[in-house]
Amino acid sequence: MRAAPLYTMKLSKEEVEHVAWLARLELSEDEKERLMGHLNQIMVHFEKLQELDTSAVEPTSHSIPVENVFREDEVGPCLSVEDVLANAPEARDDQFVVPRVVET
Amino acid sequence: MDLHKLTAHELHEMLKARKVSSREITQAVLKRVSEVEERVKAYVTVTADQALETARAVDDRISRGAEIGPLTGIPVAIKDNMCTTGILTTCSSKILYNYKPPYDATAVERLAKAGAVMIGKTNLDEFAMGSSTENSAFFVTHNPWDLTKVPGGSSGGSAAAIAADEAIVAVGSDTGGSIRQPASFCGVVGMKPTYGRVSRYGLVAFASSLDQIGPITKDVTDTATVLHAIAGKDPMDSTSVDIPAPDFAACLRNDVRGLKIGVPKEFFAQGVRPEITDAVMKGIELLKSLGADYREISMPIMEYTLPTYYILAPSEASSNLARYDGVRYGLRSKHSTDVLAMFMKTRDEGFGAEVKQRIMIGTYALSAGYYDAYYLKAQKVRTLVRQAYDKAFEEFDVLISPTSPTVAFGVGEKADDPLEMKLADVCTIPVNMAGIPAMSLTCGFQDGLPIGMQIMGKAFDEETILRVAYTLEQNTDFHAKRPEL
Repeated sequence: MRAAPLYTMKLSKEEVEHVAWLARLELSEDEKERLMGHLNQIMVHFEKLQELDTSAVEPTSHSIPVENVFREDEVGPCLSVEDVLANAPEARDDQFVVPRVVET
Repeated sequence: MDLHKLTAHELHEMLKARKVSSREITQAVLKRVSEVEERVKAYVTVTADQALETARAVDDRISRGAEIGPLTGIPVAIKDNMCTTGILTTCSSKILYNYKPPYDATAVERLAKAGAVMIGKTNLDEFAMGSSTENSAFFVTHNPWDLTKVPGGSSGGSAAAIAADEAIVAVGSDTGGSIRQPASFCGVVGMKPTYGRVSRYGLVAFASSLDQIGPITKDVTDTATVLHAIAGKDPMDSTSVDIPAPDFAACLRNDVRGLKIGVPKEFFAQGVRPEITDAVMKGIELLKSLGADYREISMPIMEYTLPTYYILAPSEASSNLARYDGVRYGLRSKHSTDVLAMFMKTRDEGFGAEVKQRIMIGTYALSAGYYDAYYLKAQKVRTLVRQAYDKAFEEFDVLISPTSPTVAFGVGEKADDPLEMKLADVCTIPVNMAGIPAMSLTCGFQDGLPIGMQIMGKAFDEETILRVAYTLEQNTDFHAKRPEL
């Protein structure tokens, strides 16, 4: 997607379709219209953040300090194949079944 | 005696004195569920048979002389976004309508280990996204104080279950207020612990840097008891923190002498109703009369927290919810012949309107060309929010505000206005952004509906929050007032 000028822009229907594609969401025409309206309504409020000068501020990804957690690489108990596949919409020969991915 | 009306600590005393069995308590709660559930609709799944079986096992252990802990034999309700082995865990979403997890969430496992008896899984806004429980894909939960009102959300099922005496204690999850706001609307006690205090393993992820599990109970003592049971480091959640959890219930004190309370005025703006401000200020004055000191302060950054949250939370959600693709569990669309169409149709059919909207916002905010302007900007504002709290806590032990700007609103009243609904969380959202703990308890009533006070504290200092809440509770009788159903 082309980067349009920020905050002054409105999401077009094509952009809504592009974002929906990125999110792997198939949307009906009605849903596209509804979402376009809602997203534009909400994004107007994001403009407010431009009032703040954050050029010298470090971003926070975690509210409390986190560090890497290491452990010994040992074999532990894990789920059985039956348990793992128990919720699968379709399974065969100890594997998940999905529609054809590669054309023959 | 109406056993279902009692608190965990009252029932604990009776269990210890052998005046009642867990089976009797569980039967009383299940009977209550069968009487009122049709009107309240707090539960997605009631696990009656399993509950009676667990209660019988608990009674057996007690009769053989096993130790009776504070939650032994006590019925608990679990929000339906926490995994329970072999028991439906739906997140109130069509996309997980048939999901039976092969493992327990750590919080669920710890409650079981403490001897608690699971009554069922409670309704929520789909994937915990919402403030009214109206976004459940299954049905709307009703507020026990007035069945035409919402219970709040997203943990509306857990809060309504406690208010309606359909469980003795409950757990919910809180990403932007989802424990505290429904606790406030339903006139019960709820706490969001410090981020990292409770393991998130097995909590279906919404926004991983904000999500936290916590108690919803009838009084402050029970909140302390449940928190103690679920808190602590867990190797399965690398963000859980290795800080010892004190026996919170044992630390409760009816004493606030010398405590310094900050009252941030920005939390009393942004649409807060005058009746709410009055009730919260009365509570603060009461604490002052009991020896605490308070002063109004200003935290101007709070004006920016709502838009910041609505970038951060959907961004993390859009990433977390990418896993629902119809391959390994849950719904799979039947209307597709190739795999890509299967993903897209499954997600279209499986997700509700609010979830789709948040996935779209998040995907947009993280997409090429927009990341810096939205997500990174929001993370920087998050830093400013943390710094504002740090500064306030240099001077104050706790901060007090309303939990929500209004009392419970009508079912359907705000369903069509995406912004109006989100304002319900304006006082609770900043807490998650900073990772600090906060709790809500009742401090008054408006037209028969409970008003919630929010007490915020320093990271890993739930103890002081509980002390303030306990003191308030011991010197008022709001918690004794129960809805009539």
